[in-house]
Amino acid sequence: MVASTLISLAADLASRRIRVVDLTQTLAPEFPPIVLPPEFGQCLPFRIEEVSRYDERGPAWYWNNFSCGEHTGTHFDAPVHWVSGRDLPNNATDTIPVQELVGAACVIDCSQEVSADPDFLLTTDHVLRWESVHGRIAPRAWVLMRTDWSKRTDPVAYQNYDATGQHTPGPAAEVVRFLIEERDVVGFGSEAIGTDAGQGYHLKPPYPCHYYMHGAGRYGLQCLANLDLLPPTGAVIFCAPLKIRNGSGSPIRALALVPA
Amino acid sequence: MIPPLTRPKRKNPMLRTRQALLPPRARSRAALGLTAAAALGRFELQVCSDCDAVQYPPREACHRCLSDRLRWRGQTGLGELLSTTTVHHSHDPFFRERVPWKLGMVRLDVGPTLVVHLHSGCAPPPSRVRVDARLDKSGQGVLLAFPIDEVPNMADDRQLREMTCDPKFRKVLVTDGKTSVGQAVARAVIDAGADLVWVGYAEPWKLVPGLAELGALPQVTLLPLDLSDSRSVKQTAAEIGGKVDILINTAEVHRTEGIASRNGVETARSEMDVNYFGLLRLAQEFGPAMRSRGADGQSSATAWVNLLSIYALCNYPAHGTFSASKAAALSLSQCLRAEMRQGGVRVINVFPGPIDDEWNQALPPPKLSAGSLAKAVIKALKDGVEDVYPGDVAQEWLARWQDSPKVLEREVSL
Amino acid sequence: MVQSRENSAVSGVGARDYRDLALVAPVTVPYVRYSIRNAHWFVAQALSRLLKASKLDKSDIDGLSVGSFTLAPDTAIGLTQHLGLTVRWLDHVPLGGACGVVALRRALRAVQAGDADVVACIGADTNHVDSFRESLGSFSVFARDAVFPYGSGGPNASFAFLTSYYMRTFGATREDFGKLCVAQRDNALGYRHALFKKPLTLDEYLDARPIADPIRLFDCVMPCAGAEAFLVMTRQRAQALGLPYVSVRSTCERHNAFPDDPIQMRGGWVLDRDRLYGAAGVEPSDIDFVQTYDDYPVMSVIQLEDLGFCEKGEGAEFVRRHTFTTDGSFPINTSGGQLSVGQAGCAAGFLGLVESIRQLTGQNLARSVPEARLGMAVGFGMITYDRGLCSGAAILSGGQA
Repeated sequence: MVASTLISLAADLASRRIRVVDLTQTLAPEFPPIVLPPEFGQCLPFRIEEVSRYDERGPAWYWNNFSCGEHTGTHFDAPVHWVSGRDLPNNATDTIPVQELVGAACVIDCSQEVSADPDFLLTTDHVLRWESVHGRIAPRAWVLMRTDWSKRTDPVAYQNYDATGQHTPGPAAEVVRFLIEERDVVGFGSEAIGTDAGQGYHLKPPYPCHYYMHGAGRYGLQCLANLDLLPPTGAVIFCAPLKIRNGSGSPIRALALVPA
Repeated sequence: MIPPLTRPKRKNPMLRTRQALLPPRARSRAALGLTAAAALGRFELQVCSDCDAVQYPPREACHRCLSDRLRWRGQTGLGELLSTTTVHHSHDPFFRERVPWKLGMVRLDVGPTLVVHLHSGCAPPPSRVRVDARLDKSGQGVLLAFPIDEVPNMADDRQLREMTCDPKFRKVLVTDGKTSVGQAVARAVIDAGADLVWVGYAEPWKLVPGLAELGALPQVTLLPLDLSDSRSVKQTAAEIGGKVDILINTAEVHRTEGIASRNGVETARSEMDVNYFGLLRLAQEFGPAMRSRGADGQSSATAWVNLLSIYALCNYPAHGTFSASKAAALSLSQCLRAEMRQGGVRVINVFPGPIDDEWNQALPPPKLSAGSLAKAVIKALKDGVEDVYPGDVAQEWLARWQDSPKVLEREVSL
Repeated sequence: MVQSRENSAVSGVGARDYRDLALVAPVTVPYVRYSIRNAHWFVAQALSRLLKASKLDKSDIDGLSVGSFTLAPDTAIGLTQHLGLTVRWLDHVPLGGACGVVALRRALRAVQAGDADVVACIGADTNHVDSFRESLGSFSVFARDAVFPYGSGGPNASFAFLTSYYMRTFGATREDFGKLCVAQRDNALGYRHALFKKPLTLDEYLDARPIADPIRLFDCVMPCAGAEAFLVMTRQRAQALGLPYVSVRSTCERHNAFPDDPIQMRGGWVLDRDRLYGAAGVEPSDIDFVQTYDDYPVMSVIQLEDLGFCEKGEGAEFVRRHTFTTDGSFPINTSGGQLSVGQAGCAAGFLGLVESIRQLTGQNLARSVPEARLGMAVGFGMITYDRGLCSGAAILSGGQA
């Protein structure tokens, strides 16, 4: 029976009854990276250097070398990325069970609230209200916070800094615990530069999504795009990081299967 | 009377751009001592340590006592203008297209007779003049006679302008306007009469004080420029590179780490990526156009200024990786200087001591203010020198380094 | 002839005269503005003509002195194999306007000492279209370091300084220098090998194209290709060969005289003129013509002063008082001088000597100076920085001494 599911899945893909949606920002030098205070080590922005372009450096081919951080662009966070997950088994990009990297997506739309308040925090109440319409979040599903933040194509607006720091939306500390303890989600995804809110440093504990998710061996997705093209439930997402030995994460090509 | 410089007319785009020709470059090794001093803005001649005779032209042995102990010493340059001429015909291609050209013959008070370029403010002979050394368009030391007293519009003398890099009526790119130094340099260049100043900034989401106000000045155009991003440099060069007359590279990453103080190479790498590779990217993208415009009318491409550091000469271990990145930039700038010479574009290296900014917070005074550094850059452009050591710390560092690099290394790492 | 007492007193122990020596076979290889030939060709042409004029065989030439700037990378030694000469005395004298007098002095002593029997003295240079410009950068270390970068190209600026200073100090005018140039052009019109064939008026001289103030076009020589030469041998040999000859009464040479003069207003002749005239036993007034080294007219005037024809500073007044054509009161540069004949590199250093030999032996190719018995040829040159370093002169007499 499972075999026929796969066969019909392939047929539906070929006939476009099932569409593949790209949830990924383009990797380019202009795409803003996460920026830490200057005293700390920094995540490299995406950089690309041409090796040859059908020229004396290589007459018949074009290729580049690129560099970036593990957390540049649309990317995956592994549990080892955070201090709370450092000692868990199978916590790095090469040891995470790949079964976990394909899963159902629950898309919670907060775009209205966020357009009024960039510092908006998702709470348990919001989740419960969402469930009352779309049903209970299934175990080992991904919860994706749709904010339409990815539509901010100007890097300055995307980062949204002022003198008090960054102002981007994210989950409150209590909803993260709820999602883990009461719903057993596999991970949390955001359109903004971090899974935690821009002012997450001031929550208790600081950066609660990273702290709790990774502390519980769960994962994070950041800089997602096109969440507005996904149904609230029913999409299946693929979000496999590169198999970097002892990696804390990597840029990914995040894809979703949705009914046409 | 020297007519003041006026704003040049717009360039006629139908006409071929005049190629940069260079005055004769060949010099003997002894004569290069004059060039080396002129690069620092000094007029020096050989003086015999045994009999004090002053030598000119430069040579291998004292013309009076044959001693080979000739030392380069600073000169006042005071002397008598014996005779002048205006050259109307020259076999040399550079001068041929610049005649009439005034020359003088000066008898220095200290003895030698000099053939010099003549500043048009000098009174006819016999008269007192002051001889000074400058770098000509080939980057070689030459002598000029100046009037003893200032005359109006001194800097606008047509012949002197062939040897200087005055910002007046020129277009300038300051690569990073987010730092206090970058902003001070941009403002100083405007005060010196630049028509247009592009000010680069990276990481637009990182707000810094002063940038918006700078951008509001009528001469200033802010533009995104990230020296760690080849594409950004290429794009900016494509947009404005053909117009840049003076490029002032103020962009730098400065951290305060040695080797043992920091785990991993990430910090050092980011210093190298801007301080060294950033210079390389800029040079590849902006160099060719500037080189081709070295003789492009009155507002020709004329200078490339690098903000280095005294630590480029001798590593300061507390800022060890930063020092190494500046040393790499220094070496590369010498390569750039050789390549830009074909276009008659001067490469100027500035070696400040610690600047009064956040990364030098822990260092005790004296520290260089951004304003003083900017003043030194303007002076270097107006004098057309190559190597600038602004401030007391830099001057002392230079003196110690010239005396003995190894002793300085020890002094700095004690 | 009795050796003058002044001779030994001024010059020291053992200075000898040139009584038994002779100069024969004045030869010119006609000048051309540009040539595709190398200097070696001009030397060979001169040598052929010397042999033709003297009826000697090449194997009779056992001494060779060559003055040339354009033989590089060869020097005189390369010419021995190139031209098939075996010599027992060889000299290379690249001293520009002084090479004639200096070569003469060396060759005379060689023959006198028996080191050679017949010395060919040749000044020769070629001139390609870019020769002059190319040569400027490599003329001397000092020129390359301290003159060439200032743009005048060559000695024009140095002599502009000098001329301007001279005019300001002594009240000479451009008309004074022009008078010399016009007279020399007149002389040149009577010389078949002069490159300038048109008369020159004073107005044309004054209004000519400015080169470097106050020097204008006709103050400057025209570089060209050519050669001048003569043979040095014993008087006995000259007579045996039946060749008209000239005797050398005295010579002098000096290099880097007055190094502390701020600007050149005098040359080494000031130091040597007493001995020059003393050894010859003559006064300036006995000289029938002077071939000055006229790279610029101001230098001719300075030579007249320094060689005792008038006092220092009175050169302009002297010029105003005299006429300088072959029939004038004071013939100067009787074939036109290099200003009107052309300057074929080092050949210009020989021009005056060769013309003197012609005037004194009646083998004129120019108009002759009537009853010329004593002539002076002057050498000067090598402006390696700001002044001519070399000075020299020779007093010659025609026929029997």
